[in-house]
Amino acid sequence: MAIALAVHALEKRYGSVQALKGVDLAVEEGELVGLLGPNGAGKSTLVKIAVGLVRATRGRAEVVGARAGSRAARAELGYLAELFRFPGWYTADEVLELHQRLARSAGGAAERKRLLDVVALSDARDRRVDGMSKGMQQRLGIAQSLVGSPRVLVLDEPTSALDPAGRRVVRVLLEELRAQGASVLLNSHLLSEIELVCDRVAILRAGEVVAAGSPAALSRPRGVELETDEGVRTVEGATRDDAARLVAEAVAAGRRVYGVRVLTSTLEDTYLEAVGDDVS
Amino acid sequence: MSAVLTIVGYGFREAVRRKVFAVVVLLTAVFLVLFWLANHYVFTRLETISPPADVHVDTRTFAGAFLLGLAMFATLFLGVVLAVFLTLGVVTGDAERGLLQPLVVRPVGRTTLLLSRFLGAAGVCIVYVLAVYGIALAIIDVTGHWLPPSKVAPGLELAGGVVIVIALSILGSVVLSSTANGIAVFMLFGAGLTAGLLGTIGHALNSRSIEHASKVAAWALPFEALYQDGLRLISSNASGLTGFLLQLGPFGGAYVHGWGIRFWAIGYLCAALAIALVAFSRRDL
Repeated sequence: MAIALAVHALEKRYGSVQALKGVDLAVEEGELVGLLGPNGAGKSTLVKIAVGLVRATRGRAEVVGARAGSRAARAELGYLAELFRFPGWYTADEVLELHQRLARSAGGAAERKRLLDVVALSDARDRRVDGMSKGMQQRLGIAQSLVGSPRVLVLDEPTSALDPAGRRVVRVLLEELRAQGASVLLNSHLLSEIELVCDRVAILRAGEVVAAGSPAALSRPRGVELETDEGVRTVEGATRDDAARLVAEAVAAGRRVYGVRVLTSTLEDTYLEAVGDDVS
Repeated sequence: MSAVLTIVGYGFREAVRRKVFAVVVLLTAVFLVLFWLANHYVFTRLETISPPADVHVDTRTFAGAFLLGLAMFATLFLGVVLAVFLTLGVVTGDAERGLLQPLVVRPVGRTTLLLSRFLGAAGVCIVYVLAVYGIALAIIDVTGHWLPPSKVAPGLELAGGVVIVIALSILGSVVLSSTANGIAVFMLFGAGLTAGLLGTIGHALNSRSIEHASKVAAWALPFEALYQDGLRLISSNASGLTGFLLQLGPFGGAYVHGWGIRFWAIGYLCAALAIALVAFSRRDL
């Protein structure tokens, strides 16, 4: 499958701080990849290099084969910044119209209406940005990132200001985008969100990828827990397939079995293992 | 071209909403009313004015040139205020507020974005400076029946001076915060005016060293040189006397003038913009 966004041996240094230490990551076409990591892990730096806001110290980043930051790369890209603001005196419709012009989108009023519908802002079409809640502004930001139907979407904390209903709107939207074949790099602190929508996850710590894979692969088996008349015993490394055999062995050994439970680590467990006690 | 117009319109609308134009128009109206009053009283009591003994021009020319020289200083000052407040936060200020990032990642690109902001501010300031200068000329003509020998060129040089300040302010905005940039540009502007004053003092003291320092400063800050050259143009054909020029106000010494400084100003403007574009292209946002 073709690569929509890729970074190779990416390094970034801010003075004495090494924000990225040789990161490799690829987002295939139609794939939704989540970035996880504690604050200061380098996630936003990686995202900013991918969209051309920050220059890499070493390594390279490409969007649909074009150098990140080049005009060709920007033409294929939709981006929602972690910290952004639209001019308060623009209405929602005017913000999208401004970005349509800059993105050279020929979608016109129909595209603006569709995007506002998608992020549940149809009723706020003529409302000024300074009269919107933070959540509404964030949804407008997501709509802005979709102007011109970009092939690659980079979303930096798209749900940080949203309530549960707003998060659901974004989750549904991401699933629709994936169904349409868009490629998405999603940077988020919300593990549940990442686990629900992403095809693959990369966990960054101190500027390095410390774990990567599908949420299912990262949520690996941890063993089988047996509760017998001798107490609770955990058989490390055992899987669901071993459960019946373990029960039979316990019964054969004269034990009374009161319960059996297959233990599976969650993405959260994997994340916490990967980042250790790094909670900066 | 449509991207340029979009960004120009974006900047224009920002200035309208932030009431930059409202404040400048109000200040300008106050200045023009006071200027009209000053002209009215000066020209209705012209017989009470006598030029200094070493200035060999008629009283009307002396008064008209003096008043127009002051109007040019006020026009330059107001134009610089407008220029600075239109541009002081174009890069760092907007980036800190999160306004810039959504625009920069669009295909329009950084070069077009910055040049468009420059063109928008320059267009507004040129129209503003020429309008205020033209109204000041009209007031002098109506109240005093006097016009300088060169009418258009001084206004163009004033506008050119303000455009150079815009380029410096945009360059500053790439590397400095809005507040620091505003302070820096106003200090440069003040330094230029001080250099003009220094030239006048040097002439009065007959000090070649001070005059030389003033010339160097005028070349280093060519908006000041253009202003001085504009002052020279409103009176040189009438008197041809340096002594007369020096009495047009505290900043009136025209030691650097002519086509040399005009070409230098154009080169300076291009260099400031080029440095701003290179710095912006390398700036992490």
